[in-house]
Amino acid sequence: MNRLAPAIALAMAFALAAQSASAQTLAAVKDRGELICGANGTLAGFGMPDPQGNWTGLDVDFCRAIAAAIFNDPTKVKFVPLTAKDRFTALQSGEIDVLSRNTTWTLSRDTSLGLDFAAITFFDGQGFMVRKALKVSSALELNDASVCVQQGTTSELNLADYFRSNYMSVKTVVFATGDEALKAYESGRCDAYTTDSSGLYGERLQLAEPSQHVVLPEIISKEPLSPAVRHGDNQWTDIVRWTHFVMLDAEELGVNKGNVDAKLKSDDPEIRRLLGVEGQYGEALGLTNDWAYRIVKSVGNYGESFERNVGQGSPLKIVRGLNALWTKGGLQYGPPIR
Amino acid sequence: MAIQIALVVVIGALAYGAAFNVAQNLARAHIASGFGFWNNTAGFDISQTLIAYSASTSTFGRAFWVGLLNTLLVAAIGIVLATVLGVVIGIARLSRNWLVARLAGGYVELIRNVPLLLQLLFWYNAVLKSLPLLRGSVALPGGAILNNRGLFLPRPAFGLDFSAFLTALLAGIFGALVLHNLARRRRERTGAETPVIGPALGLIIGLPLIVFVLAGSPVTFSMPQIGRFNVSGGIEILPEFAALVFALSVYTAAFIAEVVRAGILSVSGGQTEAAHALGLRSGATLRLVIFPQAMRVIIPPLTSQYLNLIKNSSLAVAIGYPDLVQVFAGSVLNITGQAVEVIALTMAVYLAISLFTSLLMNLCARSAAIAER
Repeated sequence: MNRLAPAIALAMAFALAAQSASAQTLAAVKDRGELICGANGTLAGFGMPDPQGNWTGLDVDFCRAIAAAIFNDPTKVKFVPLTAKDRFTALQSGEIDVLSRNTTWTLSRDTSLGLDFAAITFFDGQGFMVRKALKVSSALELNDASVCVQQGTTSELNLADYFRSNYMSVKTVVFATGDEALKAYESGRCDAYTTDSSGLYGERLQLAEPSQHVVLPEIISKEPLSPAVRHGDNQWTDIVRWTHFVMLDAEELGVNKGNVDAKLKSDDPEIRRLLGVEGQYGEALGLTNDWAYRIVKSVGNYGESFERNVGQGSPLKIVRGLNALWTKGGLQYGPPIR
Repeated sequence: MAIQIALVVVIGALAYGAAFNVAQNLARAHIASGFGFWNNTAGFDISQTLIAYSASTSTFGRAFWVGLLNTLLVAAIGIVLATVLGVVIGIARLSRNWLVARLAGGYVELIRNVPLLLQLLFWYNAVLKSLPLLRGSVALPGGAILNNRGLFLPRPAFGLDFSAFLTALLAGIFGALVLHNLARRRRERTGAETPVIGPALGLIIGLPLIVFVLAGSPVTFSMPQIGRFNVSGGIEILPEFAALVFALSVYTAAFIAEVVRAGILSVSGGQTEAAHALGLRSGATLRLVIFPQAMRVIIPPLTSQYLNLIKNSSLAVAIGYPDLVQVFAGSVLNITGQAVEVIALTMAVYLAISLFTSLLMNLCARSAAIAER
């Protein structure tokens, strides 16, 4: 003990000391020459390397957009795959610059983990997947069922809440990673598998026979998914937050990957401010004035990224729903650039 | 001496500095610190709880105890099974029967050269895949049910007179011990053997049984019932638990077998010959002459194997068994976000369990030491 304790404490002290040194995240990222982005690694549509090793997904595109804004090069990102359990520690300890890994924004995470959530990039909710053979049509019929769930997620907590508030009992089987939980569900250990509904659609496709499984209609929680950064570096928080907002504004103004060069000559003052033709908005963030142009040119607007990764252009075919722009009945709303 | 004192002071100062640094940095990064979370409601479910626990009312502190007890349960059962299996295989390896010795040797070489995590995943998937689904549950004699959700046994519920039953059981055990002592004294005095096993078993089993019947059989069994999704009622043995105990026992037994073999070989062959010359048979020679001497060599490395088993039980996290690491350093850490406190406490707990086990084994070693007369 005498010899062990200081070693442990020292290791922790160094891990934490490293983090306070990188309070100026933007400067650190520029010095390093690349952004380090904490991503999922196993969730189709949000964060997963394809067979060639290229990372793709909505959360991945978000990091690429930040890299494009800083370096004018969306490939200057190093992705670090993280489990739900390790993600916050990785951010706290300074191992990553931004956590873009389908993470739910909650009050306790915002206040006690030393993090800030930047902007809701995906409005999600928790759902259930069951075997068709069970002939269950509603989550309310799952009384006494076994449910597989990933550890350290809001899903784990919502699951207990949902069954309790509906006076049902549940047998929870908890696994460290979503993969293990899904595998256990597939092998019949559990009657149902639960996670955010966006994840359910992606993970259903990973099963041997997707058609034998069905996603139940109930959405049992609010899961606002947001990228997170360390608390206290306001400049960096602003950059991450406005990266999402300019992608929304670009979609709202009809600026996309294909027409962004032509739009540089637009007379619309909103588009001119967005693309940096007028005003010094980028420099105020510590970036260049054409930062939003770079984002749209290399990644596209929010709608393009959505459809490409999780929407109609992807195997997941998730409808925009809550994630449509506010002008189309959704909740995605980019504050004005002025 | 002065150097040693100086070293202790330096180490102490370093430890203090590190702890201070951690606290300061946590505060600067706006990360909550301290054990204030201990009494907050946990809000998550745990699949196996030895003490009462509910997601809605129990605290993180309670979850810690649930995880700790689950770890201790696996460790205790694993140690017993690994020891029994290890001793049998260790002895079998020295057997003069060619086939038995080769089989035991093959077991040891196969098991101890494959990583434990792989074995664990193998057994877990083997257990899950080979067991039937709920619809095809196997009904075992006595009302037990087996499927891929676990093994469900009837749970005995004792009536009011259970205390009388317990008293009778204790009396039976005490009587058997007295009988054993009397028989030994008689043998030392006259040399005549008195049969002890039969009467002792009669006392231990018979006495409680008589009380039990006289009291009107105050026991009812809650039988497991197959429901729509799961089996309810009865004692539930989870497949995660079974796989973990099995993998740990099988793995550690291979090492214990080698320890036992080394211990037996360390006793010189002359001892066996002398025992045979005195007319002792093989079994009695092993039990009365070889083993007591071999224990001196066996116990220290055996302790290491026990400690390994306890620490390896934390691999439970890979198959979803709710041990201390899975529940406390997993769910609790993630919900509270207080990595420093949670990990430090988890390490302290493993250290305490290991030190306590070492202490017990050292006591055993002392009793096995040669008595100097």
